[in-house]
Amino acid sequence: MTLALAVDIGLALLILAMAAWTIAVRDTFASVIGFVTYGLLLTLVWVRLALPDVALTEAAMGGGLTGALLIGAAARLRRTEATVRERPGVFTRTLAAVLSATVTAALSFCVLNLPDPAPTLAPGAAAKLGSTGVGNPVTAVLLAYRSMDTLLEAIVVLIALFGVWSLAHDRFWGGCPQLRTHADSEGILAYFARILPPIGIIVGVYIFWIGADFPGGKFQGATILAAMWLLVIGAGLAHFPPVSQAWLRILLVAGPLVFMAIGFAGIVTAGAVFAYPDGFAKPLILAIEIALMPTLVLALALLVAGAPQRMPPQ
Amino acid sequence: MKIALDIFTIFSVMAGAFFFLAGTVGLLRFPDPLTRLHALTKADNLGLGLVVLGLLPQTHWPLDTIKLIAIWLFALLAGATVGQLMACTARRGGGQPK
Repeated sequence: MTLALAVDIGLALLILAMAAWTIAVRDTFASVIGFVTYGLLLTLVWVRLALPDVALTEAAMGGGLTGALLIGAAARLRRTEATVRERPGVFTRTLAAVLSATVTAALSFCVLNLPDPAPTLAPGAAAKLGSTGVGNPVTAVLLAYRSMDTLLEAIVVLIALFGVWSLAHDRFWGGCPQLRTHADSEGILAYFARILPPIGIIVGVYIFWIGADFPGGKFQGATILAAMWLLVIGAGLAHFPPVSQAWLRILLVAGPLVFMAIGFAGIVTAGAVFAYPDGFAKPLILAIEIALMPTLVLALALLVAGAPQRMPPQ
Repeated sequence: MKIALDIFTIFSVMAGAFFFLAGTVGLLRFPDPLTRLHALTKADNLGLGLVVLGLLPQTHWPLDTIKLIAIWLFALLAGATVGQLMACTARRGGGQPK
């Protein structure tokens, strides 16, 4: 018991130190590495709190995918960074410090003043679990009780992707995104990219499928599948399709469209938006998940890929 | 038998932890990228290998055991690949001058 407490205290101190270092360090790239490490430590915290669902999401999205996005951004910013070295004035810095301190104080106040025991919907959620047909309460919340939130999440990812695409140069509009690679089709990375994806795809689909009853789900599975696609492309074994391709765009919008169609059909079949008719909850949830999966895989991978940078060869 | 396995676990995990410690010291103390990589990959391969080996008697055969071994093999594969890539970049004079 005391040993576990010592580990927890060490973890808490480490994560605070990592957070402080991520903010304090001057170099953008170092700061990003700090953030990724921070995400991995946070994953351990979620595991210690016995929340494997959140831990998986943090490892896949918070540490992995966000890390990849930030490393790409840092690499792009490096050229401009060398020239800009001016620091904000004392007034700005004081203002920023006061603002941060106020937010921290307000958050601490809220957290420390939570009623004990905290109000919870968990017993109610667990009691109705049977009617959703899924065994994992987290999945039930995401796709039955609060499915509207999940729909909006998927749409946010799509809108972010359109935002990235809109940064494309006029000449390359509708062209292919490109990863910065030093592709050598006989090199070690190509070897790695041939060995890992078969296993990675199985793991990704497994995590997606197991999400119905155990920790896992489409976001985590989609991140793994997207990573496999990016690995193959990064090794120079494949290329991104032009973003103007019809199949690509159809798959991208198919997930939210199916989700919305099933959600609004609920008005007729079950009497409320996003309600499922009795006995059909599980198949409908599965249909939504299967439609969302390609959307998320493509959107997440293309987010990392960035704006289109070249036209497809004719 | 149970005690013997527990003792094996304790010694093996401690040996693994020692390799991680040595690897970290090496990472911090060695003078150039290639030797630092050497220290780091030693820690990953041997340290994690010994930790996994030590934990094997404590797992449920077969699924957990196989999962644990698979984790070690994946770490080996990823570590070897990334180590090679970083070493190549370092030899070409990549990375930022300090």
